[in-house]
Amino acid sequence: MSDASVNVKKRQMMTADGIPLKRSLRISLRREKLRGLALLAVPALFVIMLFIWPIYTLFQKSIDDSFVNDVLPRTMAIYEKWDGEDLPGEVHFEAMFLDLTTAEKLEIGKVSTRMNYAKSGWKSLIKKSNRKFKKFDPQKALLPQMIKADKRWGDIEFWKSLGIMKDRRTAGYYWNAVDRTYDSKKNVIMQPENRRVYVMFWKRTLLVSAIVTVACLILAYPVAYLLATLPLRVSNLLMICVLMPFWTSLLVRIVAWMIMLQQQGVLNDSLVGLGIIAEENRLPLMYNFNGTLIVMTQVLLPFMILPLYSVMRGIPPTYMKAAQNLGATPSWAFLRVYMPQTVPGVGAGVILVFIVAVGYFITPELVGGKDGQMIGNQIAYHLRKSLNWGLASAMGVMLLVAILVLYWVYDKIVGIDNMRLG
Amino acid sequence: MSEFHEMGFVEFSKVQKSYDGESLVVKDLNLSVGKGEFLTMLGPSGSGKTTCLMMLAGFETATHGEILLDSRPINNIPPHKRGIGMVFQNYALFPHMTVNENLSFPLEVRGQGKAEREANVKKALDMVQMSEFGHRRPAQLSGGQQQRIALARSLVFEPDLVLMDEPLGALDKQLREHMQFEIKHLHERLGVTVVYVTHDQSEALTMSDRIAVFDDGVIQQLASPNDLYERPENAFVAQFIGENNRIDAVVSEIHGDKVLVEYNNGGKGEALAVNCGDVGSKTTLSVRPERVRIGEKVGVNSIDAVVKELIYLGDHIRCRMDVMGNDEFVVKIPNSATSISMDVGEKTSVSWDVSDCRALDA
Ligand SMILES: Nc1ncnc2c1ncn2[C@@H]1O[C@H](COP(=O)(O)OP(=O)(O)OP(=O)(O)O)[C@@H](O)[C@H]1O
Ligand SMILES: [Mg+2]
Repeated sequence: MSDASVNVKKRQMMTADGIPLKRSLRISLRREKLRGLALLAVPALFVIMLFIWPIYTLFQKSIDDSFVNDVLPRTMAIYEKWDGEDLPGEVHFEAMFLDLTTAEKLEIGKVSTRMNYAKSGWKSLIKKSNRKFKKFDPQKALLPQMIKADKRWGDIEFWKSLGIMKDRRTAGYYWNAVDRTYDSKKNVIMQPENRRVYVMFWKRTLLVSAIVTVACLILAYPVAYLLATLPLRVSNLLMICVLMPFWTSLLVRIVAWMIMLQQQGVLNDSLVGLGIIAEENRLPLMYNFNGTLIVMTQVLLPFMILPLYSVMRGIPPTYMKAAQNLGATPSWAFLRVYMPQTVPGVGAGVILVFIVAVGYFITPELVGGKDGQMIGNQIAYHLRKSLNWGLASAMGVMLLVAILVLYWVYDKIVGIDNMRLG
Repeated sequence: MSEFHEMGFVEFSKVQKSYDGESLVVKDLNLSVGKGEFLTMLGPSGSGKTTCLMMLAGFETATHGEILLDSRPINNIPPHKRGIGMVFQNYALFPHMTVNENLSFPLEVRGQGKAEREANVKKALDMVQMSEFGHRRPAQLSGGQQQRIALARSLVFEPDLVLMDEPLGALDKQLREHMQFEIKHLHERLGVTVVYVTHDQSEALTMSDRIAVFDDGVIQQLASPNDLYERPENAFVAQFIGENNRIDAVVSEIHGDKVLVEYNNGGKGEALAVNCGDVGSKTTLSVRPERVRIGEKVGVNSIDAVVKELIYLGDHIRCRMDVMGNDEFVVKIPNSATSISMDVGEKTSVSWDVSDCRALDA
């Protein structure tokens, strides 16, 4: 090593006021970094509060099963001691009695609802027993008293069903969401025939979303093409027509469709009036599967048109000219040169429409009748009517996962960076 | 170059074009391009060059008149049946296809088999020295490389006629000059007819057999580069091609192919009668800067001048002078051992031969 380089190492660089340069640089960098972090904190907080936290609690809710443990602590604490074959001993009955008599009434109502999912009958059993418990003599053995009050206490199937709720975490809601449930040994079995509904709803939801997406694509493509190629004056007018639905309330639009499409509606009346169809053959276009399809397609159409339009507008007309100049007919040029360049727009539109469609529930609720309901309606039902939030959350998480999977597949096939939303 | 006129491979006959029905963008165009010729349309922006090209390619229809290709009227033939190659200003390479697929496209459309296509694509890529780039996408190529691919694509299906609309406009000066020579050599080797559009006059002079100078939808002059520079027929061409000194004057006498003129300050001179009116009419004299001599008072055309500015440009010195109140008068002095030295503000005189001074329209 030469003398010079040794010298450089020894001599520390100083700033004008004598602080070592390195430290000064570090301080100034740190300040900058802190400022950057502070700026980042606001959006980060926003994201956490509005996206991550709700999704996390949704997930928690969907696997949470600590309710029974919380309300019936004594019973669940000694549950393991039971052999699971003979009738449980006096201690178990005593624990159950104490739990049910000490817990708050409201909690008991809720917990019996939860227990009813595991075995139907629990709710009425607890309700009935609770009335009779007041007359019990706590000094005497409780087992015979309880069985006397309701003989279901002697049915070990009820006691077995408690085992399903023993763990504080459960995948049960997810199994419920696909028409499966636990038996008393915690094996996954099919729901009884008459309770198998959700698989059908899932299938229908995917079917409706797929049909609506394809219909939107077919309708939107020519419209977007016109928007992108017509002279500005005309295309602006067309754009207003496309965006009109955004300015109209969803309910107004749906009511308009109802008036148009119902059995005694404008369309059917006109068709009958013109003699195209017979009076008794009025088309069933509303309050069924068709109604859901038609209205959802109309409502979601702009979500397809806009990304397509934005991509198409960026394709210079010279490509079509070049293709024709090279000998391609206009239609072949369109197919080979124009359409492939619109793939990013198609991808964005398809993803967007499909994702929105999968979660739809207001439109199916209003125009879907019986066979046009989707999984979103089931979620809403469990949130608002049956109050089975665990199941509703599980379905929500499944929807979310389905969308993420879709996104991943899209990324593999087309590439997310290729997607142009506008 | 007169052999081109007779054959007329491409023929514009009384062609007019209007986009809005109010004004003519192309006015009564008559132009005949010979087979194998390299013809350039040169003109300022908006003079209708691209419009002419687009009519030839079939993307615009002539409002009036007829266009013939190989003696066949093509007004009603759609673009894809014309078999004309074209290089677009922004290349228009298909971004979703590789270079090979781009070149294959016109061959596919023409129903060539796979093996034949591959051979032709390879040949075309070799021609522009781009054979290693066949599997790249256009976005992965530099501007000059894209330009070559566009050129190869326009030639790969062996058209008889290739149109090029400012194909080098986006390239830097050095690459542009290099590509000018390559295009020129390709043209010579393949013998295709080229109609080339540019507004860069040096490009036009370098490459063309003949140049059609456009202004305002009218061909101002159609001539070889040499003629265009040496013998401009009107004031616009003289001004547009190369550097030019213009002097306003009035015709006072006509003697055969020569005219006597009177300058605005009363001085007199003599010029070639190229495109001037009768006695008493106004005319514009055109003198090239390199044909002006400084200091010697010889002949009829000798005028007092004052040196305003001297710019040293290596091979020559540009001298801006005040001649009869016009201080934009430029003289190019070759930088030779014998060249005279001058100072700014020096009073001297300029003179030129009668044959170097052309009397044109006012
Ligand atoms: N599609 C069109 N509609 C209306 N007017 C047009 C259209 N295309 C060109 N013009 C007009 O026609 C005239 C000639 O245009 P053109 O493109 O032929 O000029 P150019 O000579 O190619 O110019 P540049 O060197 O700038 O490319 C211009 O005034 C232009 O405004
Ligand atoms: Mg142009």
